[in-house]
Order: sequence, then structure tokens, then C-alpha cells
Amino acid sequence: MLFRLAWRNIWRNKRRTFITLASILFAVLFASLMESLQKGAWNNMINNIVTFHMGYIQVHQKGYWDEQTLDYAYPLEPAITKTLGLKGVEDALPRLESFALASTGSNTMGVMVTGIEPEGENAMTRIKSRLTAGKFLQENSKGALIAAGIAENLKLGIGDTLLLIGQGYHGVNAAGKYPVEGIVKYPSPDLNRLLVFLPLKEAQWFYGAEGMITSLVIRPTSPKAIVKAQNSLKSVFPSDAYEVMDWKALLPDLLEAKKFDSAGNVIVYFILYTIIAFGLFGTILMMLRERQYEFGLLVAIGMKRRRLGAVVFLEVVLLGLVGALAGIVASMPLVGYFKVNPIQFSGGYSEMMEKFGFEPIFPAEFSFRIFFMQAVIIFVLTALLALFPFRRIRRLKVVEAMRS
Amino acid sequence: MTYAPFKDWENDGRKGAPRGGLTSNLKNQIIMAVIKLDKVSKIYDAGKIPVQALDQVNLEIERGEFTAIVGPSGSGKTTLLNIIGGLDRPSSGDIEVGGVDVDQLSDNKLIDFRKDHIGFVFQSYNLIPVLTALENVEFVMLLQKRSRKERLERARELLQAVGLEDKMDKRPSELSGGQQQRVAVARALAPKPSFILADEPTANLDSTSAGNLLDIMAKLNAQEGITFVFSTHDPRVIERARRVVTLVDGAIASDVRKSEPVQ
Ligand SMILES: Nc1ncnc2c1ncn2[C@@H]1O[C@H](COP(=O)(O)OP(=O)(O)O)[C@@H](O)[C@H]1O
Ligand SMILES: [Mg+2]
Repeated sequence: MLFRLAWRNIWRNKRRTFITLASILFAVLFASLMESLQKGAWNNMINNIVTFHMGYIQVHQKGYWDEQTLDYAYPLEPAITKTLGLKGVEDALPRLESFALASTGSNTMGVMVTGIEPEGENAMTRIKSRLTAGKFLQENSKGALIAAGIAENLKLGIGDTLLLIGQGYHGVNAAGKYPVEGIVKYPSPDLNRLLVFLPLKEAQWFYGAEGMITSLVIRPTSPKAIVKAQNSLKSVFPSDAYEVMDWKALLPDLLEAKKFDSAGNVIVYFILYTIIAFGLFGTILMMLRERQYEFGLLVAIGMKRRRLGAVVFLEVVLLGLVGALAGIVASMPLVGYFKVNPIQFSGGYSEMMEKFGFEPIFPAEFSFRIFFMQAVIIFVLTALLALFPFRRIRRLKVVEAMRS
Repeated sequence: MTYAPFKDWENDGRKGAPRGGLTSNLKNQIIMAVIKLDKVSKIYDAGKIPVQALDQVNLEIERGEFTAIVGPSGSGKTTLLNIIGGLDRPSSGDIEVGGVDVDQLSDNKLIDFRKDHIGFVFQSYNLIPVLTALENVEFVMLLQKRSRKERLERARELLQAVGLEDKMDKRPSELSGGQQQRVAVARALAPKPSFILADEPTANLDSTSAGNLLDIMAKLNAQEGITFVFSTHDPRVIERARRVVTLVDGAIASDVRKSEPVQ
């Protein structure tokens, strides 16, 4: 009967119940959407970097990733052969990568000159699909493929000559002139101002590193097979000479930044939760005042204060539960919509975001975990607020309550 | 023969049942006073000027009496009933209800005491709005942890006794004021209390409903021996009482027992 009493009390003031439910629902909805967008933006960025260029796993000579210089280059053979037939490994792409200056005479910028095997590279990163002008590299091309951001900065078009100057293997001077054969556009602003591709042979010649590579980019049989692939690679690339790194190890700064950004958002969540808490507290206070007489009556005829408090607690908690569940249900289509139709920024705001390395596109992350956690947080918040009536009812003076 | 709903609870070993129940104790007592007030005063001093709501009240009420507390508004009727009912505590003086010094009871014990021994009927809004008439009558028995069967049976019988057998499933808002007060009387009787306190139970009723309610109360008193203490300032209600205690400015001005029962 106590449950029945609580349940009927909930429906007694439909307007208040509706407002309370709606505010709980919107709290969950808003918090879920915010977290989904934020996580989505980061995951999108990381995913872009990983799948568009970096790959899930890379094998280097030990120490390379910290310094990223050609001094850590190692022979392509026999390394590439060792990867054949390894468990979890689908393919291995050789790369020779180093920083260099790109110049057109009047303008200069720092770029990453990457020697690649064009067809293998395309099989993994679908680089060909990013081609916006010119043509893709051949194994024996004598030209360069450049990212759109570089083309824009240096005002380069197809057929124009790109001057590359840098330091080669073991300190030799590296310099070369390359006609622009093609332009590729990356959604990730970072990659877009960074990448210059040469055929592997050409890059080895440019850097004076005949037969050498800096990395093997590993394509696992599936994203789920990363750990398996990493383990089998470690068995053929001993850790005293090589480093086998997964994408998390390759992007420590980015993951750190993501964590830091999430921490910053705690403040926003805190404000949101505080607003919700005050709103709910207000409704609870109003409800307690309206039912003062009734509470006095119930204690007068013999209901223990604790029991009465429990009924009111149950009422608020039931509202919290229903509201939070409704919040989950409402979050799904909304977040789903923003996953399929990402929020797209344009104009000044988009430029600012690009400066910070974000693609100005926010595909929401659809994760049940996010909805569930937000619902739990708001529910717990409601349950804590529901403890307040206990205090009020404990202090209730029957005669005064019934005089009102 | 006593009609079933007005027999004492069997000693059924029910959890939380009043042990050595008040009513059974009383049967063996020579003094039949169920309520005893000795120089009870109540002073409210919340405001600027302290208000003497009760002034040295001495009063004994016996089992089976049908007593009206009368007096103009502000004379202290409600205060007196609240103190008897353990809803308020006296500023000074002693009060004994069924041999128990209620002023000594802790808040929780006092709540239990009220639940098991006192039936309350207030001026209005007696009922829990979200429960039906039947559920309202059941409610205190639920607090007494009586079985569902026992509750239902007794609640039905009591509603029948107040003439509302056809309104059992109605919510208070669907009942007239008079009907609500009759449900309140049934609710007050449900826990088999030692007596019923009714504070101006007819104040918000038209004269027909008021007469109706008084008929029921008088009948319960005459036939079942239920003790009633009710306050009123309605002359037609005073007429029905067998004992009239008049309060003036918180003091008892007169206390008259009528020899002839008025029916
Ligand atoms: N809680 C209270 N605080 C202050 N004064 C009160 C309180 N309750 C009653 N009084 C005062 O005590 C006196 C008696 O009141 P009450 O018992 O309600 O009289 P009645 O029921 O006969 O109208 C009145 O003067 C009233 O104003
Ligand atoms: Mg009064």
C-alpha cells in the first residue's frame, strides 16, 4: 500500500510530475548529447589520424618515435619479410618519413616528406579517394603528391615545381625538385598541412637512405585484432632493437589532450547538474509545503515519520527513475541523428577549430554507455535530493502543520 | 451481544500489537477514567504576547461517555483536544490517558500510542486524498500490521456502520463533506481505539449532514459503548451531548452531566 500511495501521489499533481520528469529527461538528454558530441569530435579526430595516415600499429627501430630522425632508419629487408604470415597481420607498408622544408622560392613551410609504396598505401588508407587534382603516384613517378593545405599555402598547382630541402641519412644534405603530380585533401587539418608523398625509391634517393625505411605501418586483419597482431609482431621484432607501437602509444599527446579536455568539461557538467539540482529541489520544497497538512494528519493518526519519509522518498526516486529512463530513450534518436548528420561548422568558427587541429565536423559518438552513465548520475542526484524530505518530516510539528 | 467491529482485538500475537492493551487493562480498573487531566495549562509564547490557551484544566472522562467540549472560538477547545490526543504537549500539569502518562512518551512511542489507542476526527480534510474510502479506513490497520483479510473485512463493516457501503471505492473528492466525515469516523474506529476525539466534526457541514453524523456517533456510543469527546459551538450539536464541558478563555467554566440520555 505504501508503494500504491507513492504511485498515486505522483499522479496527483500531473503538472508538477510532468515538469519534474521533463527536467530530469532534459538533463539526461542534454548531458548525453554534450558528451556524445565531445567524445565524437575527439574520436573522429583520432580515427582520422589513425585510419587516414598513421595506421593502428607501427614498427620502428627502437627510439625512433621519440626523436623521429632518419638516424633510426633500418633496412627494409629483411624486416618486411618477417611480417609475412604473422597472426593478426594483414599487410605491412614500408615508409621512409622525415621532416623537410618545402619551398616555392618565395614561401617556405615545414612538411613531412613520406616515401610510400603507392598501391599498398592506397589499399590501407584509400589515399587515392582524397585526390582533388592531378593524378596519383606510380611506383616510378618522379613527382610529388602534396596535401591540399600545402598547395594552398605555397600556392602550388599541378605541374608546378616544389623545392624540398632537408637533412638526409647520417647528416647528408638532401635537396630535390619535384613537379606536383597530384593534390590530396584530408579532413584532418593537421594532416592537411603536413603531408608530402614521394614514391619510396625517390624518397630513399632524396634522403640518401638507399634500401632503408623508418617505419612499417601494419594493417591488422581487423581493428579488433590489434592486440593479437601486436603480440605476434613483438615475437619477431625483439624489443631490444625494435619498438612495436599501437595507435595509443603513437598518440600519447593527443590522448592526454583528450583527457584534459574531458576534465575541462566536468565544469560544464557540474553547472548543468547544479541547475538541475536546484530546479528539482525547488519542486520538492513546493511539494513539501503543499502537503504539509496531509503530513501532519498522517503523523497524527499514527504513521511513523520515517515511514512517511520513505513514501515521499519513493515518490521522488520513482520520478527520478522514470525520468532518467525516458532520458536514455530520448537520447538515442537525438544522438543517433547527430551521428548520421554531424554538426558542421563554417566560417570563422571553423577556421578557429582547424587551428586547434579539429575537423570542423562533429559526428556524435553513439554509445549506450554514455546515456547510461548520464542517466545514472542524474538519477543518483535525484535520489540524494529525495533524502531532504526525511529531514523536513522529522522536524514536522503536527499541530502547526495542521493549522495551516 | 457486541457487533463484531466493536469487539476488542483478539490477542493474536500480531507484530507490533499494543501489548497489555489499554482497553483490556481498563476493564479491570475500578476507576473508569480513560482520560485524566490535572491542572493542565498551555501557554503559547511564540508571538510577542504569550497566549494562555489552557488555564489549570482539571478533567476526567470516563469510558462510554459522550462529551462535548464547547465554548466560543479561541476558548481553547482545539488545544485541549490536541493535548488529550498527544498531538501537543502541555506547558504544565499532568495528563494520563488510559493510565499512561503520555507526556513521558518519546515521539515515536507517542505516535504508536495514538495509532493504537486514539481515533481522530478533524474538522475537515481528514482523509488521504489519493486513497479510496475503503483504503482510508484500512490505512491505520495497515500501520498496525493487520492482515489484509482482517483489514478489508473490518473496513467494510465500519463503512457499513456509517452507512457508506455503496461509497467504498470512491475517493474523498468524490464524496460530500458529510460523507467524508462519516468515513473519518469509520477510519477513527478502525484501530479499535479507546476513545475518539473529534474537533468540530460538523463545523463544515450543513445541518442535515451534521445531524446525520451526530446520529451515527450517538448510536455508536449508545449501542457499542464507544467513548466520544468532541468539540463544537453549534447549539444543535451541544443538545445531543450527555456531558457538556464549557471552556471560557482556556478555563473550565462549567461541566454538566445530563441525567437523561438525549437520543
Ligand atoms: N500554535 C499556536 N500559537 C500561538 N497561539 C495559539 C496556537 N494555537 C492556538 N493558539 C491560541 O490559543 C487560543 C486557543 O486556541 P484554540 O485552542 O484553537 O481555540 P478554539 O479551538 O476553541 O477555537 C487562541 O487564542 C489561539 O489564538
Ligand atoms: Mg478549534
